[in-house]
Amino acid sequence: MTLVNAIVQGIFLGAFYAVLACGLSIMFGVMRIINLAHGDVAVLGAYLAFVVVERTGASVFVAFAVAFPVMLALGYILQVTVLERSLKAGILTPLLATFGLSIVIQNLLLIAFSPDVRSLGGAAGVFTTASWQVTGELSISALGVLILVVAVILFGALQLFLSYTPAGWAMRATAEDADAAELVGIDSRAVYARATAIAVAIASLGGLFLGIRSAFDPASGPTQLIFAFEAVVIGGMGSLWGTLVGGIALGLAQTLGAQLHPEFSVLAGHLLFLAVLIARFGGGRLTLRVAR
Amino acid sequence: MKVQRWTRTSRLFTAGTGGVALALASVPLIFDPDVVQKLTNLLILVILAAMWNALAGYGGLLSVGQQAFIGIGAYGTVFFAGMGVSPYVAMLLAMVLAGAVSVPISLLALRLRAAQFAIGMWVIAEVISILVRLDKNLGAGTGISLIQMNQFAPNFRQAYTFWMALGFTVLFLAALFFLLRSSLGASLQAIRDDEDAARSLGVRVASRKRLLFVLAGFGCGAAGVLVVANTLFIEPGSVFSVQWSAYMIFMVLVGGLGTFEGPILGAILLFAIQTIFTQGGPWYLVGLGATAALVALVLPRGLWGTIEERLGLRLMPVGYRVVAPETKTETKVQASA
Repeated sequence: MTLVNAIVQGIFLGAFYAVLACGLSIMFGVMRIINLAHGDVAVLGAYLAFVVVERTGASVFVAFAVAFPVMLALGYILQVTVLERSLKAGILTPLLATFGLSIVIQNLLLIAFSPDVRSLGGAAGVFTTASWQVTGELSISALGVLILVVAVILFGALQLFLSYTPAGWAMRATAEDADAAELVGIDSRAVYARATAIAVAIASLGGLFLGIRSAFDPASGPTQLIFAFEAVVIGGMGSLWGTLVGGIALGLAQTLGAQLHPEFSVLAGHLLFLAVLIARFGGGRLTLRVAR
Repeated sequence: MKVQRWTRTSRLFTAGTGGVALALASVPLIFDPDVVQKLTNLLILVILAAMWNALAGYGGLLSVGQQAFIGIGAYGTVFFAGMGVSPYVAMLLAMVLAGAVSVPISLLALRLRAAQFAIGMWVIAEVISILVRLDKNLGAGTGISLIQMNQFAPNFRQAYTFWMALGFTVLFLAALFFLLRSSLGASLQAIRDDEDAARSLGVRVASRKRLLFVLAGFGCGAAGVLVVANTLFIEPGSVFSVQWSAYMIFMVLVGGLGTFEGPILGAILLFAIQTIFTQGGPWYLVGLGATAALVALVLPRGLWGTIEERLGLRLMPVGYRVVAPETKTETKVQASA
């Protein structure tokens, strides 16, 4: 029964990783770039919600409603000021620029909020404590269910957006071939800016869940980036629903790893990620050729 | 038309570099141990910058996980010294260990491209860090001292460590210098300029990249060895920190990605900044991150690359230049590499 419980908790944890990874997956799918500041952006969103809660005493969900449009705008600004330039400059430049940005965000958060660990759990009301005790070993938390439901709705909504709206068609066309899309009158710069705005806003939803589930500090971003990236890669880069599956696989690996030994939790996730990489890229040609 | 390698400037400068290395060797005889310790840090930065540049500047491999090898070098030293080997021999063994470990890692890592490689290396560094934390004999998460160094008097210890750092610096810079000048060098620079074009011309891109990756494994391992020799205490949180990658990226980008001299300039610059802002602090890191991002966007060739381009200046002859014969004064038609 503890195993069943571990699996249930793993799915809940995985749904959280999927939300966190969703924005990363969108940006890679549309622009073929990875934003190395993605985790820091998520943490920034959590701090934004935290500030609103502190100032107004509102619930985190109200705070998120305030933070969401701000993050959309920040994503848009990020695209037009940094990413648009870096896209033209080759394959390494977006990585270099966003890595620099990641350090900037982390340390600005440190200056603004001190290294103290914060949590949004207290402001989430009933969701932090309520749980449904099925048996002695198995308990289903309201928060876990909430995150899973939100994750499924989020991915479903994105699928509907991409399949049935003109803006979604433009995004798919640009992802397929930006130059060809330009020929039929799609402004790829606007599409990219929209994609990054959505990605950053969804990242802040991940940050919100991070804050409610556990806690965060200014240095939390890189770990969240690694988990998000692992979810994207495990699920298959460029596949939206794959990211949901990848997130859940990562969550399962971590909770099942923790069953063996508490310290194995994160390690098990990393090993699953590396195993997927080997399976996908290592196949049959693991030979060592000496430089000549 | 003729193709030349050396210019008067580069001849003078290369000879001068030898002179500088000799002059540096006398540093421990003249300066206080704390100055020697600081200069050892500078040499560590020079090695790290040169190695990261070898990967990113010539191989197109942007790694955010070279701290894996720094950590292996540092913890390897503690491990071998704990087995009763003399500390300085332990350091050599640890460096070789880091280089050896880079071979199996390269089998997976070099199949990945761009972001997959960058974050894949980061995850590998995290895995190694977790494995070290799980080992109580290596001090687990709380860190460990290199107590075997206590057998040397502090002055001598600092001097030996500095000479070792200088030896490693000369070794790795010379290795990179001769690598770039050899027939391999031309193919490496072709990969740097356009990987797909190089492959289509028959350059064996994969094996060239492996060579750079293993060289960087040795080099970053050597840097890790020097970190523990210089500070005598290490903990996984700092020695496996991604901050090392941040420093490497800053030095190489600001100095000049894909140039031989640039990373050295970048290392000196970072060292100067660290000496001025001794307390460090978040604003200093904000500055480093912002500068790196800005340079990547607006000055992709870095300081040295830009100087080289404007002035046609070449201090270390790792490339070729074409000189038109009809004019007496050297007309630089092209200064490649």
